Amino acid sequence: MKKPVLKSLTVALGVAFAAGAAWAEVKVGVTVSATGPAASLGIPEKNTIELMPKEIAGEQITYIVLDDASDTTTAVKNTRKFITEDNVDLVMGSTTSPNSLAMIDVVAEAKVPMISFAASNRIVEPVDAKRYWVFKTPQNDHQMSTAIVEHMVDSGVKTVGFIGFADAYGEGWFENFSKVAEARGLKIIANERYNRTDTSVTGQVLKLVQANPDAILIAGSGTPAALPQKTLKERGYRGKIYQTHGVANNAFLRVCGKDCEGTFLPAGPVLVAEQLPADHPVKASAMEYVQAYESKYGKGSVSTFGGHAWDAGKLLAAALPEALKKAKPGTPEFRVALRDALENVKNVAGAHGIFNMSKDDHLGLDQRARVMVQIQNGTWKYVK
Amino acid sequence: MDWSIALILTQDGVVNAAIYALLALALVLVFAVTRIIFIPQGEYVSYGALTLAMLELGKTPATVWLLVAGGAVALAMEAFAHFRGRSVPWREALFWYAALPLLTLAFAYAFDWQTTPQWARILLTVTLIAAMGPITYRIFYQPIAEAPVLVLLIVSVAVHLALVGLGLLIFGAEGYRTEPLWDDRFSVGPLLIPGQALWVIGASLVLIALLAWFFSRTLYGKALRATAVNRNGARLMGISPNLAGRLTLLLAAAIGAISGVLVSPITTLYYDSGFLIGLKGFVAAIIGGLASYPIAALGALAVGLIEAFSSFWASAYKEVIVFTLIIPVLFWRSLTTHHVEEE
Repeated sequence: MKKPVLKSLTVALGVAFAAGAAWAEVKVGVTVSATGPAASLGIPEKNTIELMPKEIAGEQITYIVLDDASDTTTAVKNTRKFITEDNVDLVMGSTTSPNSLAMIDVVAEAKVPMISFAASNRIVEPVDAKRYWVFKTPQNDHQMSTAIVEHMVDSGVKTVGFIGFADAYGEGWFENFSKVAEARGLKIIANERYNRTDTSVTGQVLKLVQANPDAILIAGSGTPAALPQKTLKERGYRGKIYQTHGVANNAFLRVCGKDCEGTFLPAGPVLVAEQLPADHPVKASAMEYVQAYESKYGKGSVSTFGGHAWDAGKLLAAALPEALKKAKPGTPEFRVALRDALENVKNVAGAHGIFNMSKDDHLGLDQRARVMVQIQNGTWKYVK
Repeated sequence: MDWSIALILTQDGVVNAAIYALLALALVLVFAVTRIIFIPQGEYVSYGALTLAMLELGKTPATVWLLVAGGAVALAMEAFAHFRGRSVPWREALFWYAALPLLTLAFAYAFDWQTTPQWARILLTVTLIAAMGPITYRIFYQPIAEAPVLVLLIVSVAVHLALVGLGLLIFGAEGYRTEPLWDDRFSVGPLLIPGQALWVIGASLVLIALLAWFFSRTLYGKALRATAVNRNGARLMGISPNLAGRLTLLLAAAIGAISGVLVSPITTLYYDSGFLIGLKGFVAAIIGGLASYPIAALGALAVGLIEAFSSFWASAYKEVIVFTLIIPVLFWRSLTTHHVEEE
């Protein structure tokens, strides 16, 4: 009596495994900072994941989304969970640079490709044995710094003041910006720091106004970047004010109000997608994202940060068919194939630019990935 | 640095100090009466400011639902206590946990708050946030009122984290500013004094005077003072420690909400910015040894001024300088105070 039962059990198990293999799906683990200090960036990214393709080349894609609360330890924990428990083929995220940098070791060790949504160039540069597995979608601060310096030089600015966050964001910007500025003959005559949570920056602003530079660059992200600008206007500063692409969302416009009129900033083309000339290479792909996002979350809800997540989806869509030719999802061979395919994507148009990856460039964006924008009448205006 | 810059920095420091002073007073009050080191004090500041901002934008702030839900929980706890055979002050419980939250809810939905005058919005905001005080006490602190200070502190940290999380859920990650009460500016010598700064300093002084009057002239104020001096003694005199706790947190929440309303036109506030403001109030309260109101107020002035001047000289180290201030104070305190066992 016993034997047939065992046999049928074996058969049943065999069928189940066969079915499992036939229904193999591509699993993507996404960790975003939907709460904590980076929440205003993480929330649109999380929203964007829901818009990403559920099926590519006939293959089901499952996204497992976890929140890391802007915390490095949690981001690493999430990544380990994706790899050991969910056996993912690709890791996406996280929102912030410190989180993404900490995740590199984990994915490199497990040999799982990863696409980060964070800005720091150190995430993908230099492409060493570990970063071999890591890609990212947001523009480097260096690219954005070049845009600002170019615009400053073109409008006759000679001296610059700098005020930035007293954290990795501000320091990173100062490092990149000062290098580019020096090379183009701009003199930085004041350099100040403030905290995201500060309620007053009068002291720093007084020092900037005293130095009286031709232009001031504020390196802050989100609404906290409005405070120095408001204080500068209050203290009667009349020079040009530049912000970074970290402020490119509508909440910043609301908080800063009329004090931000005339401010210049570099940004991804998606911010002003509708105003781009029809022949702009990124117009169509940027508009696609804006329409997809706004039809789900309402008019005017789109932000540039979600665009970075969208672009990761675009990269996946471009690389997946190549990888599927070589191996089955869920296997180490497939992960290697997916990594190779990601490294070889060419002319993938996303919300922020055109991606051309290579062995030494795991970002793949060029000058088409940034435009200069000015704040006019409380909206973003494309200037160049 | 010349005199005009020193004056501007002083002005900036004094305005911030006025807010820190209010929070320091609230912290000293809560600690003296209930022995709670009240970490969530800062949350009332951000809740107050952001609730007002929501009303200005014509949205109904979800804090009002938080209030109603909290009231329901508190009421359920009272009912549970009733069935366990304890005597429950039902008249007060119904007023604080049911009538007031529901009334606030009705008001919040009855008007189009975008078109009402600013003072009406402020009144609703302060009422709403203040009403959270007694509910917070009933739910989190009353069941463990006799616990050691350390346990109360740990619960405070938990309440703080919960409120920050709820704040993100209710208000979102972005910051808000509210309309100033007084938009004019006055130039006095090199100074450019915004009307709102005068409001902040004036309101703080009036509030401090009102508190002084409350504690020296009214029956409830005297009851709170008696509880602060000796809890058991006060209880023997018929002062309910639960009533004292509720009343204290009502005052603390009201002070927090008023601070938030005052400071929100000057700076952008976020769901989590209350903590740091509260922490600076805490430094001031520590300077006063968590016991002395006037020294805490002076401590607040010191914190505000040091913050303003260090932001000019060494902006990257500003917070470090402010919080390092606490070390020599603690050192000096530990040398001069004799520790008295509570029990």
